[in-house]
Amino acid sequence: MTPKGSQTIIFNEMTGNDGRLRDGYHAIQHFLDETPPDILMTRKAEAELFFRRIGITFNVYGDAEGTERLIPFDIVPRVLTMPEWTKLAKGLEQRVLALNAFIADVYADRRIVAEGLVPEELILQNQAFQPAMAQIKPPGGVHVHIAGIDIVRDGPDGFYVLEDNARTPSGVSYMLENREAMMRLFPELFGRIRIAPVDNYTDNLLQTLRSVAPPRTSSDPTVVLLTPGAFNSAYYEHSFLADKMGIELVEGRDLYVRGNIVYMRTTEGPKRVDVIYRRIDDEFLDPLVFNPVSVLGVPGLMSAYAAGNVTISNAVGTGVCDDKAIYSYMPEIVKFYLGQEPLLANVPTWRCREPKALAYVLDHLDELVVKEVNGSGGYGMLVGPHATKDEIETFRRRLKAQPEGFIAQPTLSLSTVPCFVESGLAPRHVDLRPYVLCGSDSVRVVPGGLTRVALKEGSLVVNSSQGGGTKDTWVVEGDMA
Amino acid sequence: MLSRTADSLYWLSRYMERAENLSRIIGVAERLGTLPSAYMAASSEWASAIATAACEDIFYNNYKEATRANVIEFLVASEANPSSILTCVETARNNARAVRTALTTEMWEIINNLWYEVKKFKLTNIDPNQLGRFLLVIQEASLRFDGTAYRTMLRTDHFRFQRIGTFIERADNIARLIDVKYHVLLPETEQVGGGLDYFQWSAILRAVGALTSYNWVYRDNVKPWLVADFMILRTEQPRSLISSYDNLNRQLDSLAEVYGRQGPSQRIARATYASLENQRIDELFQSGLHEFLTDFIGQNNALGAAVAEQYLL
Repeated sequence: MTPKGSQTIIFNEMTGNDGRLRDGYHAIQHFLDETPPDILMTRKAEAELFFRRIGITFNVYGDAEGTERLIPFDIVPRVLTMPEWTKLAKGLEQRVLALNAFIADVYADRRIVAEGLVPEELILQNQAFQPAMAQIKPPGGVHVHIAGIDIVRDGPDGFYVLEDNARTPSGVSYMLENREAMMRLFPELFGRIRIAPVDNYTDNLLQTLRSVAPPRTSSDPTVVLLTPGAFNSAYYEHSFLADKMGIELVEGRDLYVRGNIVYMRTTEGPKRVDVIYRRIDDEFLDPLVFNPVSVLGVPGLMSAYAAGNVTISNAVGTGVCDDKAIYSYMPEIVKFYLGQEPLLANVPTWRCREPKALAYVLDHLDELVVKEVNGSGGYGMLVGPHATKDEIETFRRRLKAQPEGFIAQPTLSLSTVPCFVESGLAPRHVDLRPYVLCGSDSVRVVPGGLTRVALKEGSLVVNSSQGGGTKDTWVVEGDMA
Repeated sequence: MLSRTADSLYWLSRYMERAENLSRIIGVAERLGTLPSAYMAASSEWASAIATAACEDIFYNNYKEATRANVIEFLVASEANPSSILTCVETARNNARAVRTALTTEMWEIINNLWYEVKKFKLTNIDPNQLGRFLLVIQEASLRFDGTAYRTMLRTDHFRFQRIGTFIERADNIARLIDVKYHVLLPETEQVGGGLDYFQWSAILRAVGALTSYNWVYRDNVKPWLVADFMILRTEQPRSLISSYDNLNRQLDSLAEVYGRQGPSQRIARATYASLENQRIDELFQSGLHEFLTDFIGQNNALGAAVAEQYLL
């Protein structure tokens, strides 16, 4: 959290601030030292081949060639030690329990508003707020079954939550396939280091989904994954997860509702569906309630949901948690619902809706990051230190016209991890998205998550649509000599 | 299973099988094309290739003449042809993508690799050497796909629909192949054993990769009625019509057993199988091979429609 002007120290997760190799990286350093660059280059090419072969590609919309692209994969793993991870995992569990308590309250009595902790208009005017949910109580009171909590780091102990993703967080297939690729490409490394496995994620996910089936359903609920279809950019992930869980991958046209019960069309006739892990947004779920021209959804789904005959996962209307203005209240939210101090820190945030904060932000635009409260994907934001005078002035006008649409944060000195780029090994900025599963029985987090890398030198943008890549994330027992 | 999944599996398998058959048809025409003209049949090999591929209408809308270059262009990769080999591969992969979860990893990788392989070929004005390699890539992928499905798929309804697609397509392709050549298979009108027809008959066998196995079964010269017998009525020949229907019966019966319900598809398949089983080749020639095959192709289409109606919609 260093304001512009002072000396920014960028934390290198491998070599620390003092250039001494950090715990967990010894075996990797040793491997990199003894392996000639051309061998590393070959392995990198093999990784690409592996990803193409299994088809973990994403479609680029509007590309006439129908090109399927790969998200760049970096072969140098990112390491967290077991103690670092244990601490982080506790914070993640706490955060997701708090998010669930909050969203349940949002669609019930709104005690947090009555207590004067969160302004009501932040909820009611939120684009993701779904009034229909006031009548719907999801099983176990759990709304957010799958959360992706984006974490950034600026020092040995400096972990911060950058964003909460409580809608339909994606990317988990990369976490799993990156590990598969690494195990194939670097068996010698896996012989030397004990790395916590991640491949039980899909089992955990299925358990989580089954745990939130409507109470009336049989002991063997039918769970399906609802995808927009093969042309969606995340289709690989949808088919991958359905396959690993052994559940049907359905499209809207495979489902229909009769008598408030959801059925899928099968070769044996209709089959009742109990839990829908949907990978389509709220507004496309049910053309009778939301977007009437949507062909992705299922007419009548919301009324079956309201009747308690089906569980939609994540629940409808959880996007309120993704709002960056709501985010700024997370410390209060954790304290209010759980009676605990937050274990994970927020990045300090100025809410531009508050006049004093707005004045400060307008004065310091050249050193702050300003974001739209409901933006995502790294779009619609101003990175002050990297912006031109014109860009700053344009943003200043937008900010003045609609201050409640924005928040501002200091420019983070995101930690770096070495990456194997064309010039050899070089540090690149990273973030981390762990996936937290919350069923009605327990909270489950697999060790690690998806590490995203800003592959352009100096860049802080990790989004795949803007030059970001990924790397495998290892939670390891220490290897200090 | 989802009807849409069954539909995609069924069509995916049909397209893979079709791609293989098309590539064999081209391979054989190419081979016959190298013979001196004295050995050639009355109609050109390339015209009969188009007839076998059942796309005469579209072809002659786009080309005046069935020359080697035209036919190869059309069957391999022409945009005008909705079931060119290239389109078959693309459609197969699209279907595979749509039902990734219904395929084993190994099956997906064969189709996905094939797609990348095929894209590496320069398919316009393809030279003979490249063409040979291209056809081989297709045939090998189809064989591997078939074998992999057999060895890796769970024996659930997924597997049944994969097989049903394969055998309906195969029966159709083989019947057309024999039908196009039926004039050379008619023993009454020709002096048996003439040098001219020998290569035509053996071409049929070669087109289905059965030339060597013919020798093992009959220990005789290639004779037209034996070729027809082999490809229509012999259960030892895995690509014969009766073998396809033996398989179709088994797969459909197994579906009916699991689902607890019989339907039109089971009835049609059983009737067609029975008519093949009770047939003798000399009687078949007397009553008319062409009529028989036309009737068979119609029945086979009816089975396809019944399967769609009963399970895929």
